[in-house]
Amino acid sequence: MYRYDEFDAGFVRDRVARFRSQVERRISGALTEDEFKPLRLQNGLYLQLHAYMLRVAIPYGTLNSQQMRRLAMIAERWDRGYGHFTTRQNIQFNWPTLHDTPDMLDALADVGMHAIQTSGNCIRNVTADHFAGAAADEIEDPRPTAELLRQWSTDHPEFAFLPRKFKIAVTGSPNDRAVTKAHDIGLRMVRNAAGEPGYEVIVGGGLGRTPMVGKVIRAFLPKDELLPYVEAILRVYNLKGRRDNKFKARIKILVHEAGLETIQAEVEEEFARQMADHGGPMVAPDPAEAARIATYFAPPPLETLPDDDAGCEAARAADPAFRAWADTNLAQHRQPGYAIATISLKAIGQAPGDATADQMRVIADLAETYSHDEIRISHEQNVVLPHVRKSDLPAIHARLREHGLATANIGLISDIIACPGMDYCALATARSIPIAQDIAQHFADSDYAQTIGEMKIKISGCINACGHHHVAHIGILGLEKAGRESYQITLGGDHTETLALGERAGPGFEADQVVPAIERLVEAYLALRDAPQETFLMTLRRLGLTPFKAALYPEDGQTRAA
Amino acid sequence: MPKPFSPKIVSANDLLVGDVVYLDGDGGWTRTVRTAAVAGDRDAADRLLAIAQAQPGTVVGPYLADVTLGPDGRPVPSHLRERIRDRGPTIRPDLGRQAEGAGRPAPSPQTGQAHVSL
Repeated sequence: MYRYDEFDAGFVRDRVARFRSQVERRISGALTEDEFKPLRLQNGLYLQLHAYMLRVAIPYGTLNSQQMRRLAMIAERWDRGYGHFTTRQNIQFNWPTLHDTPDMLDALADVGMHAIQTSGNCIRNVTADHFAGAAADEIEDPRPTAELLRQWSTDHPEFAFLPRKFKIAVTGSPNDRAVTKAHDIGLRMVRNAAGEPGYEVIVGGGLGRTPMVGKVIRAFLPKDELLPYVEAILRVYNLKGRRDNKFKARIKILVHEAGLETIQAEVEEEFARQMADHGGPMVAPDPAEAARIATYFAPPPLETLPDDDAGCEAARAADPAFRAWADTNLAQHRQPGYAIATISLKAIGQAPGDATADQMRVIADLAETYSHDEIRISHEQNVVLPHVRKSDLPAIHARLREHGLATANIGLISDIIACPGMDYCALATARSIPIAQDIAQHFADSDYAQTIGEMKIKISGCINACGHHHVAHIGILGLEKAGRESYQITLGGDHTETLALGERAGPGFEADQVVPAIERLVEAYLALRDAPQETFLMTLRRLGLTPFKAALYPEDGQTRAA
Repeated sequence: MPKPFSPKIVSANDLLVGDVVYLDGDGGWTRTVRTAAVAGDRDAADRLLAIAQAQPGTVVGPYLADVTLGPDGRPVPSHLRERIRDRGPTIRPDLGRQAEGAGRPAPSPQTGQAHVSL
């Protein structure tokens, strides 16, 4: 993985020192809150319901064991012993004091981490496929691209005050695990007819109060033209994006209002101008620098092994718990004899995405011992060990079980995305986590969950949609109606390469009616599906929403909020 | 017809710690909502808010929050959001002010697990 050079390390240290001075001046009264707020946000420090919250970047979701241990140390020393992994592959600490945050940032800098550009109207942490470099279906590792974008966008003076925040995601696989079509820019690594590597560039996707599916602005962009092309998109957005209305300021609104063809023409014109004026890509990376970055993402030294491992198979036969975990939490690695192991942070009754300091250290130990010191954070709020020998899986599972980390539910109904909601977030209009916990508890029977099969439930506590409810098979949006929490249900969303926005099913439900509503949907699906192989989403697409709406709102009536 | 005035208190977050505080009757700050100063009319609310806003070196983001008055005349936050701010995350009874003995977790209607009932 990427390691800071002297410039990176110096830049981050300088930034911490500057922030320390800013905090001191805020405490002394030399800076007002209006002056200080944008400065703290640029360093990832929010003020939430109960306390400050520090959002730490985990670029493209990649960590090593040393960094994970440092997160554990920070959680214990300056927070309340846990952290919350987010849908943008970041981690949030919910209880720091203002005075402590510079020390926290210094501790992060020790291990090549920071909180820069995790907030504010700038280019945010670049996200990527959490199976990068390991997935069997991968065309090319997306992380060198993501790292290149991180270096280009960090402290970029032209794009420090955009009309609104700007999010970029990269995938190197045809099976999109990075939700690229719901980002301001999504990059899909592809090859052209000549077999040359490049990108399909998607623009104007997003969730929030106005969800939009991203549109292809360039079907094939040669790899070495990435930065000037992305810079051209940002320049057009920076000039033309609306600054008069915060709710219409994202690039998705610009693309929607101006039309893709108009924006495309302006981007291509700006791109051509850059190329002509400067005799080539003005901001293209030095090939030596691109090669330097790529070396950090060289595949680990994997062994040549038979794909099946006798010990692993014996454990499957002997231990039902291991078999259940192996059936749900493993993905195919590109190297025979290896697997990608996902560690669920969705234990029944736990807040989705939360991990204790002890759990972080266990994960770090496992990564160091069994996964070439690599850890990934997924946008689905789970943790991934990307390079694991199949022969080591029983030992890994045993250690996970000891620490409440062996829940076998990846991709199943209890593997729920949930934003922090009104339990923590100052923007939320309803709670998310208790709803997720109640659903997970209701479907805790693993046999029943397996019978239901693949199911993506995602919960947001307000229309900003941090919980990605728009792209859930069953999406849940928490709102306030007449002083009470009310939950709208959307159906038919899809977060993959066939990304689709869910459709609102009808009136909202009171909190205690959400689980019965989900149960009715599940019962309807089980009755309607053609075969066990037909997933909830497939059945819904085959039959449409009507039978599911009928299940949600039976004539005998359930309590509705509004 | 104008909406009837509901009693209000001033809440904010402490600058240094970030936790929830309430303006008290002496113009200082308390961490106990029951001891917050209550405004019974619009003028009183404006006065309390002005006192709070004059202390930018102590608190962040002071605002008026609706309360009801309990049988003892003490303020109780009206809105769920304010009740959560006062007590702590409903899914973590071990955190926030509720962990200091202000409240006991009640079982969730669905799971019986310890969500804090508000």
